[in-house]
Amino acid sequence: MGCGRTGAAIAASLDRDGHSVTVLDLNSGQFRRLPDAFGGRMAVGNGMDAEVLERAGAREADAFVAVTQGDNRNYFASQLAREIFGVQNVVCRTKDPERGEIFGHLGLQTYSPTSAGAEAILAMLPGSGPA
Amino acid sequence: MYVIIAGGGKVGYYLGRELLGGDHEMLVIERSASRAAEINDLLEGTVQQGDACEASVLDGAGIARADLVAAVTGDDEDNLVVCEIARYRGVPRVLARVNNPTNAVLFQKRGIETTVSATEAILSQIEQELPVTSMVPVMQLHQGLELVEVRLSETSPVVGRTPREVLLPPESLIALIVDSGGVPRVPGADTTLTAGDALVVVTRAESKGMLQEALIGGAHGFDT
Repeated sequence: MGCGRTGAAIAASLDRDGHSVTVLDLNSGQFRRLPDAFGGRMAVGNGMDAEVLERAGAREADAFVAVTQGDNRNYFASQLAREIFGVQNVVCRTKDPERGEIFGHLGLQTYSPTSAGAEAILAMLPGSGPA
Repeated sequence: MYVIIAGGGKVGYYLGRELLGGDHEMLVIERSASRAAEINDLLEGTVQQGDACEASVLDGAGIARADLVAAVTGDDEDNLVVCEIARYRGVPRVLARVNNPTNAVLFQKRGIETTVSATEAILSQIEQELPVTSMVPVMQLHQGLELVEVRLSETSPVVGRTPREVLLPPESLIALIVDSGGVPRVPGADTTLTAGDALVVVTRAESKGMLQEALIGGAHGFDT
């Protein structure tokens, strides 16, 4: 869910590895980020809508990844995938690290690009420890 | 009792105003700086500007000692996150405004039992006003044709018949039957019309009265 740079890169990679992938985005223009060779499905719709998720195949999905710009949208859709459609492996990108930590306690795998980025940059600065 | 209201839109503002007069301690958290300033004067300085979806903002608002958190923004995802963080911080009662009624299921699954949906409340009032059997316009087609939906009740004169046996007005036809279980069927020779079926019918605007009489019966229309 979310075909920005990150979403497109994840989808393209999984598709190359032979997985069956559906990319969901509100804006069909975002699908331009996918490589020409992309063999997965592209679906236009709001991932916070249970019907849209179902049509995108959430019931059969082994994994769900939410990487829109909105932490709360990602959380909402991730819990729909987990609670309503029983998806086992759910990853919710959360820019706000505090929120991400709480989401992690609420049953989701979370990834914070903010914390990860800060740590990576700190590692490049001599003499600085982790944040 | 200490009540935190997340969202200072119309719902949050009026809720705050009602609580202001009572014995409760109350705080409204509003993300927009201009809106927060606007309602802060009206609510006697009980408004804090900030994003209630951020745990540190809620902590700063004293969530640890809050007795109730009401998430009433216009975005269901924000309301869900506010409730989740509040519960994670140990708030004994949380409640959420749900803008899209179908989202209530997820709140319940997440253990947020109290949800309030204005859409749902108004809808149930409307449904109570409608007769059991009614004809609902679905869409206008071209050249004077219309698509309507008719739900059959037990008193409908066509229950137990096949579509072919039903005498319909000119240029009208039953296009689709959706049974009470939600299964759609194209009407065939062996289809029996059953109470609870929803019929999607193509008809002419001027024939709707006749259609209603044929499917619903003269005495069971809008007047019941």
